[in-house]
Amino acid sequence: MIKRLLIILTLTAIAFGLYPLAWGVKDARQLSPLAAGYVENSVEELGTSNVVTAIVVSYRGLDTLGEVTVLFAAAAGVTLLMTAGKSERRKKRPVSRGKDGKDTKDGSEGGADRARRQGSELLAAGAAFLFPIIWLFGIYIFIHGHLTPGGGFQGGVVIASAVLLLILSDCRQELGHTVLQLTEALSGAAYVGVGLLGLWMAAGFLDPRFLAAGEFGQLFSAGAIPIIYSLIGIKVGAELTGIVDSLRRCS
Amino acid sequence: MSMLILILFGILILGGGIAALYIEDTVSAIVAAGVVSLLASLVYLIVGAPDVAMTEAAIGSALTTVVFLFAWSRIRSNAEAEAEDEVFAEEMHTARNEERAGAEGKGKGKGRRGKREGRLGND
Repeated sequence: MIKRLLIILTLTAIAFGLYPLAWGVKDARQLSPLAAGYVENSVEELGTSNVVTAIVVSYRGLDTLGEVTVLFAAAAGVTLLMTAGKSERRKKRPVSRGKDGKDTKDGSEGGADRARRQGSELLAAGAAFLFPIIWLFGIYIFIHGHLTPGGGFQGGVVIASAVLLLILSDCRQELGHTVLQLTEALSGAAYVGVGLLGLWMAAGFLDPRFLAAGEFGQLFSAGAIPIIYSLIGIKVGAELTGIVDSLRRCS
Repeated sequence: MSMLILILFGILILGGGIAALYIEDTVSAIVAAGVVSLLASLVYLIVGAPDVAMTEAAIGSALTTVVFLFAWSRIRSNAEAEAEDEVFAEEMHTARNEERAGAEGKGKGKGRRGKREGRLGND
């Protein structure tokens, strides 16, 4: 009873606190000065047609570096937790299985087991057909981050989802862990390296203007922004692929 | 018009969230949460934030749902394995009890030791 009363009281307090915030919302007819500054200056200064990318990669580049770091920590934590559990189970399982006499590796049960973890033929064929296309789409998203909506994070997730499709079609799909880790580490280091180049050759850390701005609207334009976003995309893709890989369980 | 669509999507999102909270079946609840994300990404698209919409659709509705499903399947198979182990331990226990009972039956009148073992085995 007291618990319920407390819940109701807390909810009322939250509603009361948020009421002016919700009531004060109006359709903004004008940009705030900061947003207006971004919109006006980003085209001239950086040459990006997508203002969001100009903000994410350049004006708020340090925040993006922090975001990538958070994602890296999360991926490392997931991999650590999952692999620790795996080795423990491997130590434990065979003993009870062996005594039980229910060895699933031979006999008719093995066939059913394999059929269950492999996915249907339709899924396998569809995944093999779609994998390169989804991969290409992900790369397109992060290479064109300065021209069209999307960028490194979105493209990276799309790439990871292509790998996920492959895993769903065949759970025993082997992924090169060394390649994944190397890709992730190298792209992360290169990201910081490009940021330092900006510090050295342009106005500050993660300033993309040390390369020529180029022609507005072209693929190779906007200074180093496509390079930075591509590196972020590769890093995010490798990290999320690692997470999906460490979470799968082939029954 | 777009306001009406937004309100409709808002109601659907609320319904999806409540469904995700109250559905008993965990897999259905996970899918309901994914649908909430998908609808939210549509809302972002309508109000003119395609970048956020892409992120929400890719991370919120696709990857998070899959990670939840993977985690759920791991939890379930862990629980199954534990239940199996428990059944196995139970069987071992009863087998040992029967053995002991047999030994007690054979060795009746062998004295105290047999009796004590029998008592231990019975409880």
